[in-house]
Formats: sequence, structure tokens, C-alpha cells
Amino acid sequence: MEVLDIIKPENQVFCKTKLMTNAALSYCPGCGHGTAHNLTMEVIDEMGIAEDTIGVAPVGCSVLAYDFMNIDMTQAAHGRAPAVATAIARTWPEKYVFTYQGDGDLAAIGTAETIHACNRGENIVIIFVNNGIYGMTGGQMAPTTLPGMKSTTSPFGRDVKTMGSPIKMTELVAQLPGTYYVTRQSVHTHKNVRKAKKAIKKAFENIKLKKGISFVEIVSNCNSGWKMTPNDANKWMEDNMFPYYPLGDIKVNGKLK
Amino acid sequence: MAKVKGAIVVDTEVCKGCEVCMPVCADNVISMSKDVNRKGYHYAFMENPEACTGCTNCAIVCPDRAITVYRVKVSA
Repeated sequence: MEVLDIIKPENQVFCKTKLMTNAALSYCPGCGHGTAHNLTMEVIDEMGIAEDTIGVAPVGCSVLAYDFMNIDMTQAAHGRAPAVATAIARTWPEKYVFTYQGDGDLAAIGTAETIHACNRGENIVIIFVNNGIYGMTGGQMAPTTLPGMKSTTSPFGRDVKTMGSPIKMTELVAQLPGTYYVTRQSVHTHKNVRKAKKAIKKAFENIKLKKGISFVEIVSNCNSGWKMTPNDANKWMEDNMFPYYPLGDIKVNGKLK
Repeated sequence: MAKVKGAIVVDTEVCKGCEVCMPVCADNVISMSKDVNRKGYHYAFMENPEACTGCTNCAIVCPDRAITVYRVKVSA
């Protein structure tokens, strides 16, 4: 059978979702943000809730998420996405509200908003993309940068004596009674992508239950900031990020694992 | 026994040549072209189209969703 006989509309099994616009993604080649964007939109498309979903974009690499996601979006001041999402979710309790944030946004400037939104148990989904670095501004050290990891503001590696240890936001918010579902996933291989998609779907389904916040961390690469090729960055992430940020569910249905 | 055959179509203008699709392909179908697109990236193409099973692994790890996957069942 020739290739051209296979490439027919009735044989199509996978294509880009309609909920992503045709705008070229502004991310570096191989960046996990693109996969995380597409997974979120695929879940919303499969659940058929595109009309009832409102997203909040952060500040950071994904600041232009409203250009790429073809649903109702707004954009919050740096770190304030959970506060904006709280307002939207309380105004329209029947809507599906989610925030999409990076580690500089959620774990540094927005720590207070994140922790208090989780503690109040707002009925929203937080998607947290953790790549251990400030990507957009040129690879500065973030709260999630690993010990000994080099960045432009820690050129000799992060020294935990003077700079503190990396903050595990996901474990931190799992301790709060307001969180209902807390998990950590990654999107660098097909297996992890499938697991991450299930986790995002569960998080959006939890909104209907109105039991509290769903928090999905996605450990991602930053090949430009780490100064590696995308596949080397993924390997480095497996070897160094995953021992410190272990993948898996941390809190399911309000119970710690 | 039913056998599956697959094929991928790469949007060469969207592909950024990150090569993330190459290690996840169990059948080593994909490689990078020598030509570049308008942005200057080497794009993915099917070097070994006979081996493709249409498993969609490459498409779901593609950050830019440049890959569309087709699959048919053929009786051997």
C-alpha cells in the first residue's frame, strides 16, 4: 500500500485540535509549553466545554497563551492569576476556570495568591509548568532551580546555604485542606503525555464536584535556558529534575497518598 | 491477521526541528530533512515510511502539533 493511499481524511487518527489557533507558538523548539497548551485544549475539546471555559494567562513565557488558545482567555498581572481566577469562578460558578502558570509566576511572585487560593479551596484548576528557571527573561534562577544548577544569576550553581533550597510547591499545597486533587506529571515522552492528559482531564472533571482546587504540576524542560538540545534537556530532566520532583499523584479525592 | 499501516504528514512550516519525535518512534520512521523551511529549521519527514504503524506517539509529543497521523487496517 502506498503512502498516498493511507493519507485520506477517513483514515486520519490524530490532528491538531481546533481549540488551538493557527498562530505560530512563540516557544523555543522542543519546549514543553507547546505540548502542555495542546493537551489542555484537547481535554477541553473532548469534554465539549469550550463554550464554558475561561482561562487565565500568566506573565512569563506563556504570557501569550491567549493568542494560542481559541477559548475565552484573560491575562493577569504577574503572579495574580489565581486571584483573577477566583473572581471569575465566584462570579460565574457554573463556568470551568483554569489558570496556566510557570514557576516564576506561581512559585515566586505569586506564592501568596497561589497558597491562599489553594487554602480557600476555590473551584478552579491550576496548571503549573515547572522548568526550574525563568525562561522568558533569559534564564535567571527561579525558586524551583535545583541545588548546584547553573543559571545566569547563579553562574557557579545554586548554593543552598545562601540561596535556599528549591521549593516544592506541589507538595506544599497538597498539605492544605482546600486542595482536592494534586498531581505532578511531565510531557516529554508519549507515556508521560498520555498520563498528563488523564490528569488534566480529571482536574477539569473535578470542577463539577465543587470540592476544591485541582493542581496539576507539569515538570518541563527549558532547553534554551539550560543551554542544551531538546533531547539532551529531556534526558537531563529525567536524571536531575525527577529525583527532586518525583512524578505521580500526591493527593487524590482530598486524601494524601 | 489484520495489520496496521500508518503515515504521517508534517506541516513543514510549523515544524521547528526539535527532534523530540525521533526517540519516541519505536520503528525509527522519522528523521530530519537536509532542507530547511522558511524559518530556517530542519523539519521532520518519514525516512522509512514502510515501518510506520500510525501509533501517534510522534504527534502527541510534538509541541507544535505539526504532525497529522493516518492509519489503515490491511489484511495481510
